Amino acid sequence: MAILDILKLPDPRLKQVSEPVERFDDDLRGFVADLEETRLAGPAAVGIAAPQVGRFQRIVIVDVSGRPKTPNHGHLILVNPEIVHWEGYAIGREGCLSVPDYTGNVIRATGIRLKAQDLDGRESEYVMEGYEARAVQHEMDHLDGLLFVDRVVSRRTDLYRRKVYQT
Amino acid sequence: MPDWNMLTLVGADRPGIVSRVTRALYTCGCNLGEASMIRLGGNFTIMLMVSGERPCEELLAALHPVAEELGLRVHLDPVPGGLHRHLVPNLQVRVFGADRAGIVADVTEILAEQGFNILELESDVAGDAQHPVYIMNIQGYCEHTIEALETALSALSNRGVSVDVAPVDVLIG
Repeated sequence: MAILDILKLPDPRLKQVSEPVERFDDDLRGFVADLEETRLAGPAAVGIAAPQVGRFQRIVIVDVSGRPKTPNHGHLILVNPEIVHWEGYAIGREGCLSVPDYTGNVIRATGIRLKAQDLDGRESEYVMEGYEARAVQHEMDHLDGLLFVDRVVSRRTDLYRRKVYQT
Repeated sequence: MPDWNMLTLVGADRPGIVSRVTRALYTCGCNLGEASMIRLGGNFTIMLMVSGERPCEELLAALHPVAEELGLRVHLDPVPGGLHRHLVPNLQVRVFGADRAGIVADVTEILAEQGFNILELESDVAGDAQHPVYIMNIQGYCEHTIEALETALSALSNRGVSVDVAPVDVLIG
């Protein structure tokens, strides 16, 4: 396994849209092991996305199980994830391994329903809420070339700005 | 030798203040650091870190024509401290109540006794002229529990002030 270099702002590659994973093979498994090692090697990140290390495929890792009293599904490797339902909205403070030394407030859905494949290509569906749902939305943004700084809001003016989600 | 100046500008709000001020600073060879710019009661207020390589007199001279034209009051202080010194808040305190003198002092005295370090404070007066409501949002860092803070602040609720303490969860991903 290896600790990979994390792309950091203003690297233009962070704006790139990632491609779906089509081959569920040893190369994919090896990469995900490296991605996880990279996540654990840095600041206490609850997630990481493949494009953050320069691999532009739709793969994220999320694990909020270390936080007490936080509803969660444990350690998740989400391949080709797709959010199929959003509800609610809340402001929360986010930071990012790709944006050192800055945190900002972002509006996210408080509940989501998610479809994703695992490392063998098997599809699962998850119903998530709160912090875990926020973490997944943050990581999935990377797959579409979005960083949390693209979504930062001002508490003073955006507190009641409702984001319209498609269901 | 301080490496920064803290520049403060205040004046009646109008379009173009930020562009004119920052252009003057850029033309003068300055770099800008962290900034807070916000409209308060019809005034536009700027607090801006400006790299300290230029003498204060030179900065003030560069800003003088802009300040004169836009009616801005200017203040400049050399300050120590650079960038990349962020502290991350772990608690948020939201306060609202009928506006009366002393709310901020009452709340922040209790927070100070709890060792609460205020990192950001925003407040507004809402309601209407007959029934003004004071709304305040504080973010900061404190090692005490939410329960301890709520207990300490509970005396205020008897005086008609609503105080809510919530965690600030910073998600790193």
